Amino acid sequence: MGLAKRIIPCLDVENGRVVKGVNFVDIRDAGDPVEIAMRYNEQGADELCFLDITASHEGRDTTVHTVEQIAEHVFIPLTVGGGIRAIEDIRTMLNAGADKVSINTAAIHNPELVRESAQRFGSQCIIVAIDAKRVDDVEGQPRWEIFTHGGRKPTGIDAVAWAMRMAELGAGEILLTSMDRDGTKNGFELGVTRAITDAVEIPVIASGGVGTLDHLVDGVIQGGADAVLAASIFHFGEYTVPQAKAYMAQHGIEVRR
Amino acid sequence: MSGIVAVIDYGMGNLHSVASALEHVGASEVVVTHDADVIRQADRVVFPGVGGIRDCMSEIRRLKCDELLAQALTQQQVPVLAICVGLQALMSRSEENDGVDCLDTIPGEVRYFGNPLTDAEGARLKVPHMGWNEVHQTMNHPLWAGIPDMTRFYFVHSYYAHAWDRSLLAGSVQYGVSADAALARDNLFAVQFHPEKSATAGLRLLKNFLEWNGQC
Repeated sequence: MGLAKRIIPCLDVENGRVVKGVNFVDIRDAGDPVEIAMRYNEQGADELCFLDITASHEGRDTTVHTVEQIAEHVFIPLTVGGGIRAIEDIRTMLNAGADKVSINTAAIHNPELVRESAQRFGSQCIIVAIDAKRVDDVEGQPRWEIFTHGGRKPTGIDAVAWAMRMAELGAGEILLTSMDRDGTKNGFELGVTRAITDAVEIPVIASGGVGTLDHLVDGVIQGGADAVLAASIFHFGEYTVPQAKAYMAQHGIEVRR
Repeated sequence: MSGIVAVIDYGMGNLHSVASALEHVGASEVVVTHDADVIRQADRVVFPGVGGIRDCMSEIRRLKCDELLAQALTQQQVPVLAICVGLQALMSRSEENDGVDCLDTIPGEVRYFGNPLTDAEGARLKVPHMGWNEVHQTMNHPLWAGIPDMTRFYFVHSYYAHAWDRSLLAGSVQYGVSADAALARDNLFAVQFHPEKSATAGLRLLKNFLEWNGQC
């Protein structure tokens, strides 16, 4: 027995409200991030992830306030991603009570941000988010490239090489999202998950495409992921976190219960 | 009565979550500070820490938090809880950052988990040790009250402590090696995991700390 594989529900937050809503039984307000965070905490989620999709500056101040409120009520690790572009953004979120921030596009524009922030705040709170898409080479061998702008813009960067570089620069964890699978409910892209978990020493969170509990099991057993992140299967009451953990445990995966 | 709880702030990271967790479990007054006068009057002291050990140690010394901590332990004799890098700073020396001398409050060393690290079956283990792992309670202690043996706590660290005096070990965690998860001596309890991030079990430990009279 040893370290448990983690289950991380992820919420999209805009202007301090959870968008797309979350359908729990007995919930008063499907958009209140604090209430939703507390529910997931009660269910036994191992961590929580907030993706801030707020566009405006004022809206982002609201998000900071939301993070503060959650940190006062929920005592499990909290990651905030989306819009983290500079050291100052990281400091703001950590001071608000986030335990980790996830850096995505900013790392591509300025890889030194990862080194600098890891040195300043510690690797443990710096997650690099990688949005990968499969682009097989001329011989049809699988290859994955990093895309930005929600999967629309190719960067030419190889996802596995990038993950290794980010780890070298001091990232404490990789959040890997398959842009081919995100929102499809067809399961994780296991090829890239396995390629990256094998390539780096740091933990990898698999994300994108979870539709069934078998997908979570596959992400850990076949993909080698250290944690699995999912949104809709939990939000709409299809499965609860305890159900997911029970199912993973049945398949020989160590989970916290 | 928990009285005044001073969380020693030497500028390395956000201590709000420690403070709010303590308030959540009933602390009447939590002060995040490095003010000597406040710490001298505190009824309990929390010594947290995140980040690299070299920077932590230099700030601890610059702000004279080492003296304040020693005073809390030996003169004030109030209950002291060290967390994560706070525990590591108490050891004699750390391998991190090319080797750093620490406070030597608990003789022992802080070692790197090793690369590659493998479990008993030879499977590769990631470093940092990040997530929920089982803590084996190796000592009966008031801070473990109501917490079953092998309860999982949240860890995040790449270096682990090993105290020379094994009678001080209060809890251990297996991750390729057997690492010291909790050390206890007199009015000092030190944990490698983050009770403030360990959900119900962590909150219980913090509540136990607030109720502790400082004796084993």
